[in-house]
Amino acid sequence: MPQATQATTQATEQKGGLPQLNVDDFAPQLVWLALTFGALYWIMARIALPRIADVIEKRRDHIASDLDAAHKFKQKSEAAEAAYKSDLADAKAKAHAIAQDTRDELNKKTDAKRADVDGQISAKLIDAEKRIKSAKKAALKDINVIATTTTKDIVEHLIGNKTSDKDLAKALKSIATG
Amino acid sequence: MATAQGDDGAFMPNPMQQFEIQRYIPWEIGGVDVSFTNSSLFMVLAVVVTSAFLILTMRGHQMVPGRLQSISELLYEFVRNMVRDSTGPQGEKYFPFIFTLFIFVLVINMLGMLPLGHYSFTPTSHIIVTFALAALVFVGVTLIGFWKHGIGYLKLFAPSGVPWYMLLIIIPIEVISYLTRPISLSVRLFANMMVGHTLLKVLGGFTGALGVAGIGPLLLMIPFTGLEILVAFLQAFVFAVLTSIYLNDALNMHDH
Repeated sequence: MPQATQATTQATEQKGGLPQLNVDDFAPQLVWLALTFGALYWIMARIALPRIADVIEKRRDHIASDLDAAHKFKQKSEAAEAAYKSDLADAKAKAHAIAQDTRDELNKKTDAKRADVDGQISAKLIDAEKRIKSAKKAALKDINVIATTTTKDIVEHLIGNKTSDKDLAKALKSIATG
Repeated sequence: MATAQGDDGAFMPNPMQQFEIQRYIPWEIGGVDVSFTNSSLFMVLAVVVTSAFLILTMRGHQMVPGRLQSISELLYEFVRNMVRDSTGPQGEKYFPFIFTLFIFVLVINMLGMLPLGHYSFTPTSHIIVTFALAALVFVGVTLIGFWKHGIGYLKLFAPSGVPWYMLLIIIPIEVISYLTRPISLSVRLFANMMVGHTLLKVLGGFTGALGVAGIGPLLLMIPFTGLEILVAFLQAFVFAVLTSIYLNDALNMHDH
């Protein structure tokens, strides 16, 4: 090795310039550059780059499909929410209707009952009024009799005379009307 | 010079020595020197390291990438976006080539940073290597241009909407700028790699030669090493970006 180095150093000295300009060294460099660059190009183009592209593409697809799935799920959840909302609104409306029906029915029932009770009450009232009337009549009749007898007694006491029933009645009548 | 170098050699390593080609396995086929050199070794290493890394880290096919898989994917996406942005959909099929170019230059630049003593070597610090890559790009792009647009590709040199007397000046300028592309492309990479590595070797030499005082150049080497890593990445990127831009010219012409 030292001999070789010495040889090259001597060669450089003889050329008296940069090692890069030593024309004798061009051929092996060019040959090996062609070989290695060609080999690297073949390996890159055929093996390495397609593999990297494949992985990156797959990842891109995966992400895209994931995003797609997420989008679909979002749409589904939105649809479910809308369905839930409409169901809720329906249920509310139904509940309203049921409540209204019940209220109406109860109102009707109470109205009917009230009418019934009202009828009974008014019938009883009429009945009572009749009874009051007849009682009044009877009472009034009794009053006349009582008044006649009472007046007869009072007159007899006061005057000592017996008054005829005819006169008495006349007098009482005039007082009552007078 | 011979004596100076001999003296220095004992005292301080020659910073240019790292660029010398060493034939590990001398070999000749049909009069062509195909020796396995230190340059060949590092190019082969770059291929092995790159392929092994990109294939092994992606072996898991993880949906959620780990750290190493992320690096492979980042490199892929980085170059892919760069190619897509500068060439449009038509450039898609040239992506593997530009990716190979980028990763090859990047890994070679980075491997050259390894402190392996006199085994350390950077093939991209040799003009012949960078020029060969640039020439490959230049010839490829030119062929694609003529294949896509026929003789109309020459309109690249004559932007529309320019008066004829201006064309007399513009056409030679455009032709020269087109023809110098491989030179600027290769010299930029070669010069950057060579200067950076030379600087590091010079500083390293001082560190060894100055003894205790060597701490000064050693401290200086730390930021320069960081800078050199940045340059190694940046030059690979610039090489790939310029290739994409040239490719875009050939595919879509100028939209003047």
